[in-house]
Amino acid sequence: MGRRLLVTGAARTTGRRLVGVLAEEPEVERVVAVDDLEPQEPFPAKVEHLAVDLRSPALVRTVQSAGIDTCVHLGITAEPRAAGGRVTMKERNVLGTMQLLAAAYHAPDLRRLVLKSTTAVYGAAAGDPAVWTESMSHGSPRHGFGKDAIEVEDYVRSFHRRRPDVAVTVLRLANQVGPTVDNPLTRYFELPVCPTVLGFDPRLQFLHEEDTAAVLLRSILGPAPAGTFNVAGDGVVLLSQAIRIAGKPPLPIPEPLVNRVAEMVGRTVDFSPEQVRFLQYGRVADTSAAADQLGFIPKWSSLHAFEDFAATRLRKLVTEEQVTRVEHDVLGLLRRTAGWLARELPR
Amino acid sequence: MTPTRERCQAHTKKGERCRNPAGPDGLCALHTPPTAPPGEQDLGPLGPVLDWVEEALEFLGRRVLGEYEVDEFGHDPDLVEHVVAPLLRPLYRHWWRVETRGLEHVPDSGPALVVGNHAGTLPFDALMVALALLDEHPAHRSLRMLAADLAFNLPVVAPLARKSGNTLACAEDATRLLEAGELVGVWPEGYKGLGKPYRERYQLQRFGRGGFVEIALRTGSPIVPVAVVGSEEIYPMIANLRRLARLLGFPYFPVTPTFPALGPLGAIPLPSKWLIEFCPPIETTDLGPEALLDPMVLFDLTDQVRDTIQQTVHRNLLARGSVFG
Repeated sequence: MGRRLLVTGAARTTGRRLVGVLAEEPEVERVVAVDDLEPQEPFPAKVEHLAVDLRSPALVRTVQSAGIDTCVHLGITAEPRAAGGRVTMKERNVLGTMQLLAAAYHAPDLRRLVLKSTTAVYGAAAGDPAVWTESMSHGSPRHGFGKDAIEVEDYVRSFHRRRPDVAVTVLRLANQVGPTVDNPLTRYFELPVCPTVLGFDPRLQFLHEEDTAAVLLRSILGPAPAGTFNVAGDGVVLLSQAIRIAGKPPLPIPEPLVNRVAEMVGRTVDFSPEQVRFLQYGRVADTSAAADQLGFIPKWSSLHAFEDFAATRLRKLVTEEQVTRVEHDVLGLLRRTAGWLARELPR
Repeated sequence: MTPTRERCQAHTKKGERCRNPAGPDGLCALHTPPTAPPGEQDLGPLGPVLDWVEEALEFLGRRVLGEYEVDEFGHDPDLVEHVVAPLLRPLYRHWWRVETRGLEHVPDSGPALVVGNHAGTLPFDALMVALALLDEHPAHRSLRMLAADLAFNLPVVAPLARKSGNTLACAEDATRLLEAGELVGVWPEGYKGLGKPYRERYQLQRFGRGGFVEIALRTGSPIVPVAVVGSEEIYPMIANLRRLARLLGFPYFPVTPTFPALGPLGAIPLPSKWLIEFCPPIETTDLGPEALLDPMVLFDLTDQVRDTIQQTVHRNLLARGSVFG
């Protein structure tokens, strides 16, 4: 019998991409795509779209009766505005997960649960260790997406205690970028100027959308190690560096004014206060557990992933050719002047 | 497909591979020889100046385009080499005339924990030790220092601290750096040493709880004590305005003969004569893992390191003679 999968949050960028890849895998017999949104391009034929909210009873029936063996939970969101306000966002994230897990508890064939979580669970503060490993006790973020993700992870862990026969893989993904990703951070870099916190230059990690799909695919179809794994591209990129690669002018804002500006910018970017702190202090997670136990090594480094995003999505104000040409011209002029002086002065 | 961007084939003035993107002929625009090759032209006394300009332009170009790499702690060797170190070098060479001894005790590669005394209101002693290792050690090692959390709260200071290779003083970061084979610097006296009054100069304060010894044992890294003489006199602290310090959120607010009386001028450090001496390393690998369970071993090692530094400080104080030597 082939694999029967249920994917939540399937109509969003990551979900739609994953469902497309899964539908082409020969060992996959059936994919149930759950999302109350319509996908931008329609699902492939093998996929059946269940257009309901996670809290709907139809979901419970499907999980139990369709012989689902793997549940892939991508349905937690970081965007309060898109979700219809912070309260609704929390409700969708946390209560939605509770409902899904309640249904999954009664699914007899369920063997695997994959949760897409986030490195935002580590928060972002000045006193953080430079590199987070999965086991470090983190200064839990008190609100926003990070807090939702912590609560969701807690429910998933308690589910694992009640159903030890289900292998639970929690993937804490770094910020995703790529040619088609649309999230608050990509919208931030698409602004005409990039506001930063004056005097701070955080370290960031990026995950290319291809690697997001690859790590999810590996956790769903590969050998299933249960556990929690950080997933991010190798290396780090400084915010200042990212802004320069994006070719945008930075706009440093003194700390006391930051929240006011963030509110204004927040309307277009869908920024939450915790993301502002992220742009002040940054965050880096250790990915060696994913490499050793999950066997996943991202194809794109943080820097390459961001360069790919910048090259495909952003219009640079300053290009490499311009910079090298200016360097070349200045140096050529100086050389000619110096050569002339060396020849003329001795006379 | 990861785009492997073609890099320029030429070498920079420092002998490193040029990091600019390459053009069609495998060289970046900067290194493509102009129509009249400059190498054959005699530039006279201006030659070295132009070399410097070329290096500065290469650097600026990389900064504008974001073409540089930092490690996971945020260490930016390109920035240190071209901006931070050149700013500190005049202080090291001309202002404090630093003499460095015992560099042979610092390994050329692999992990080691450099432990030093701390004084002088602002952590210039740490910066000078780091510069000594970068400039004068045969392997030009970067010292990765463990800094107080205040440093990572302050605007401007926070990113600069990270880019110069420092990180927060916590066991996780120190262990990670040592396991990666880095040279780590720690100043266990912390604020107690940095902010002590002038009359207590060259008397080492309590060495924290000796956490650094535990980390050295756990990672099997040798401990290299370093004694700095000269930093005590740069800002002789005659009083500490505790209440003002608390108001501003600083660990102390110093009053020196010139600060705050002379305003910003008072922030110019006095030109004392400095001696930095690295002492023979204390090996920790032969103590074995059971040493970690024994608090007495940790206390003894902590005291051994502290005594070594204290004695070397006293010896070098006598050798130095006058403060401004």
